[in-house]
Amino acid sequence: MFLSMNWISEFVDLSGLDKLSLINKFSLSTAEVENEIFFKGSDLSGIVVAEIKSVEPHPESKKLHLLKVDAGEGKLVDVVCGAPNVRVGMKTAFAKVGARIGEIEISPRKLAGYLSCGMCCSEKELGLSDSNDGIMDITEDVKIGTDLKELYEIDDIIFEVDNKSLTNRPDLWGHYGIAREFAAISGRELRPLEVSDLKKYEGLPKLDLKIENPLCYRYSCLRFENISKHTSPMNMRIRLYYCGMRSLNLLADLTNYLMLEMGQPMHAFDSRKVDKIRVKCFDKPFKFETLDGVERDIDENTLMICNGDTPVAVAGIMGGLDSEIVEDTNSLTLESATFDAASIRKSTVRLGHRTDASQRYEKSLDPEMTVTAIARFVKLLLDIDGGACVTSSLTDESAFKYDDVELSFDKAFVDRYTGIEIENERIVKTLVALGFGVEADGDSFKVKVPSWRATKDVTIKADIIEEITRIYGYDNFAVNTAAVPLYPVRETQEKTDEDRIRDILVKRYSMHELHSYVWAYYDEYKELGIEIEPNVELVNATNPNIKTIRRSIVPTQLCQVKYNTAYAPDFGVFEIGRVINGLNSDGLCDERKKLAITLFAKTEEMEKLYLRLRDILATIADDIKHMPLTFEALSEKSSYKHPKNLNAIFCGGVKIGEIGIVNPQVSKKIDKKANIVFAEIDIGEFAKISNAGIKYEEPSKFPEIEIDLSFVSEKFAPIAKAIDEANCPLIKSVSVVDTYADENGKSITARIVFSHSEKTLTREEVMETVDGIIASLEKEGIMLKK
Amino acid sequence: MSEKTNALKQEFLLSLADVKTQEELEEIRVKYLGKKGLVTELLKDMRSLTPEEKKTFGQEVNVLKEEVSEKIAAAREEIKQAEIERELALMPEFDVSMPADLRRGSYHPITLVQRQCEEIFKSMGFAVEDFREVVTDYECFEALNIPKDHPARDMQDTYYLDNGQLLKSHTSAAQNAIYKKYKDALVNEGKPIKAIFPGRCFRNEATDACHENTFFQMEGVMVDKNISISNLIFFMKTMLSEVFRKDIKVRLRPGFFPFVEPGFELDISCLICGGEGCASCKHSGWLELCPCGMIHPEVLRAGGIDPEEYTGFAFGLGLTRLAMMKYGVKDIRDLNSGSLKVLSQFTDDK
Repeated sequence: MFLSMNWISEFVDLSGLDKLSLINKFSLSTAEVENEIFFKGSDLSGIVVAEIKSVEPHPESKKLHLLKVDAGEGKLVDVVCGAPNVRVGMKTAFAKVGARIGEIEISPRKLAGYLSCGMCCSEKELGLSDSNDGIMDITEDVKIGTDLKELYEIDDIIFEVDNKSLTNRPDLWGHYGIAREFAAISGRELRPLEVSDLKKYEGLPKLDLKIENPLCYRYSCLRFENISKHTSPMNMRIRLYYCGMRSLNLLADLTNYLMLEMGQPMHAFDSRKVDKIRVKCFDKPFKFETLDGVERDIDENTLMICNGDTPVAVAGIMGGLDSEIVEDTNSLTLESATFDAASIRKSTVRLGHRTDASQRYEKSLDPEMTVTAIARFVKLLLDIDGGACVTSSLTDESAFKYDDVELSFDKAFVDRYTGIEIENERIVKTLVALGFGVEADGDSFKVKVPSWRATKDVTIKADIIEEITRIYGYDNFAVNTAAVPLYPVRETQEKTDEDRIRDILVKRYSMHELHSYVWAYYDEYKELGIEIEPNVELVNATNPNIKTIRRSIVPTQLCQVKYNTAYAPDFGVFEIGRVINGLNSDGLCDERKKLAITLFAKTEEMEKLYLRLRDILATIADDIKHMPLTFEALSEKSSYKHPKNLNAIFCGGVKIGEIGIVNPQVSKKIDKKANIVFAEIDIGEFAKISNAGIKYEEPSKFPEIEIDLSFVSEKFAPIAKAIDEANCPLIKSVSVVDTYADENGKSITARIVFSHSEKTLTREEVMETVDGIIASLEKEGIMLKK
Repeated sequence: MSEKTNALKQEFLLSLADVKTQEELEEIRVKYLGKKGLVTELLKDMRSLTPEEKKTFGQEVNVLKEEVSEKIAAAREEIKQAEIERELALMPEFDVSMPADLRRGSYHPITLVQRQCEEIFKSMGFAVEDFREVVTDYECFEALNIPKDHPARDMQDTYYLDNGQLLKSHTSAAQNAIYKKYKDALVNEGKPIKAIFPGRCFRNEATDACHENTFFQMEGVMVDKNISISNLIFFMKTMLSEVFRKDIKVRLRPGFFPFVEPGFELDISCLICGGEGCASCKHSGWLELCPCGMIHPEVLRAGGIDPEEYTGFAFGLGLTRLAMMKYGVKDIRDLNSGSLKVLSQFTDDK
């Protein structure tokens, strides 16, 4: 919203104060001001009122005229002018030789062969309106030669307030409310609005008005007749233009002017079209043509202003074309109303049409303002058009009234909230300046919230704190740390696990952490041939690619791997992110935090790659939980998992995740030559496993005995099991020192290390155990290799 | 010295001069000092000498023997040194100017910035909390004093799921759970609530270089009997100065958020120009960074905390924005792209 310093200054005397610093204070105390400030008129000089004394046609041009102009300098000036509206005796805006208009300096120059010593200007050329129909037609009784800036308010400072920062301030949608803030900030007095006394019309008949739907909180209206003026005064048009509004005709301009001044949207109906005002919704949807000429679909929830049963305006949003003020309108019914804010907002969303009026109504305007705005309108209209007359008494209905808001608090409350010392006098002064009624009794305060702040903005004591502190200025606050008791803070297991997993993967295994989205990537999955697993879905995503929430990070990670195949021949990526595992029995999402790892390798063979990933997982479990992992083959059909080597991962008997190879159908689409393996761990389950801790054992001072045994076996598991079941306390460690495969099958050489803490073992002492292990394996058909 | 002795000595010195290896030296030692060595042989000539001459000659030979021994020992040491030198010289010079193979992994930039923020707040006794991405309408809006008709609840801003839940649109959605978790310790044991909760948030909007539908925030709250606006400014200034590792100027402006009262927009002095005004800060000298405020009494009440007795502040820091500012990432979409060209650059940053 654009604001005019001239307009504000009409309500508060800011003379002698630095305007820019006031605007900056306003930004820090009230609402955000955009950076660019406009100094209107600063690029205009040397423009005077001049009279056209003669008009001759240009001999060689149909458009141009040769003028003699009196600019008040004692002699007539020759001017060549192309405007269609030139006439003898007309007063216009004249840029003398030496005048400046923006970047241009006026100098004598030849136009189509004739010398022109100056320029007659249109409003648009001077930046005063967008009217470019012809040169300015000045009707005011003013001396020739008067500087145009003395005649009109051309010099002005215009600044823009970010509308978003006014969301909660219905009172700031007009200059008068803004002026109140400037008054409070500067310590100057706010002048009362000049209004007409509506009491004198009490004897006149009332208008036929009925609010049939309480979504209309208040509806006030008044009828005028005999309006003869159709053009707004120049100063009014300049203000409208500077504030971003087009000037149309006097009545439309006046309603807009009132809206910009008081924040109260008004609507002017042609009285010939409206004599029985009803505010209501319709039972069925219908089409309605608004005054911008667009036919709109109106549904049964949209509040309408009607003439009897004929809709004439979309309440609070836009008038209808049919009842619009037109050229020959001389009688008008003026609407000044308030509506339910949410209803207006929803209607604008449904209509897809937001207007200056509706964006104000959405903020919960003060219903007390409707009548004041009419009184102000009467004052302004009669000042401009003395012949106009009011032909009805004020007709005013209310369907809803806000409660008065009174709040009590004491100085201690303010001290506690602010953490600084603000004097009682200052508290009172600030609140009074903002229009609050204040009763102070020592350190106790009783405050009556003004109606324009009481619609939703100021309802509790904490709101009063804001009023006091923002005017006090946050820059003036002493900054202090808090004095609070100290207690140790322990991090959750999940958080520590998560951080350590990241460190292990990044620091020890040079892996890269990625983030991906929480939903399945429709297009990318399709490209890779990954099926989307059914799951909870988004109901309102605007992007059609975004719908199903993922059950696993792995498929999204594979899409990212595809994107990176050129990055390096071998790399590993991981993510700790969320998935949804369907719904819990209470209907809420079963959300899980997961670690997903993918290893991509063009130079490493599949078995090595797969076992390397297993080692990484085992390292994580060993490092963080001091626990080993075990695996169990899974048989699962999945579009992206290889059916073989798909293993569930267990730690301490709890299933924590799975490890597998990417199905070649998918893997080949990612990269024809690469081996790709993946694993996914449930961080929540992993966090629940308790840390077995470091178990220290004094090293034996006596020599160890190493026994190497080679078995013909496909897997190590049965060998490990047999050694484990031997349950011999002398066994200190078991490792695999060799594996060998030939046409006779695979053989595995296990090394068992025996030691005793108090003596040197002899071979004989351990052979019993060794023989037992061999015997138990032979029973299972696993033979010792000779 | 007799002629013979002298001749032998000269001969010895000559042969020693050519010696290169320990083996050759050993040959010479045996030749001169061995049991049948030339020096020992000299003594055989003594039989023909008078006792007086014997004594002199014997001394002469002993001196020679000692001299030869010393020379051999010295030569041995010399050869050893030469061998060491030769060995050292054999080692080639390596090219340290070759590019280093760093074998480094990378953290997501959000992780780095999040860890920095966590460290700062942990050092001030704040707990780090975690919260779900899928939340209820109550958690995201109702408990935060966001009334039914508030625009933030409109369909176009929030992602709703078909079970009626939604993807959290701000980390404030965790506030209610945090208050409920800690309120008993606050009320019964007098332990102030101090917590931060970083997390991923979602907004239903079109993406471009500056907009993402998925981004990270970090919420922070502190509640106790006398927490004030003055404290809020202190903690925000301290945190931001630590994050950017320089003294950051902050300023508060009124800002409207239903879950705080008073609510503020916090600006920091522009990191690029230091407040002079530049293109980055649109010549204002300030960057809008973080909404914050005093926790709304209704929000405390919804969390089971009596607002007449306790006050608190809350802030919501845009971690994604912070990471972009800190590392100069221009396109927000890079962060979720999974592009290793982008992400592999973010090694550790403590």
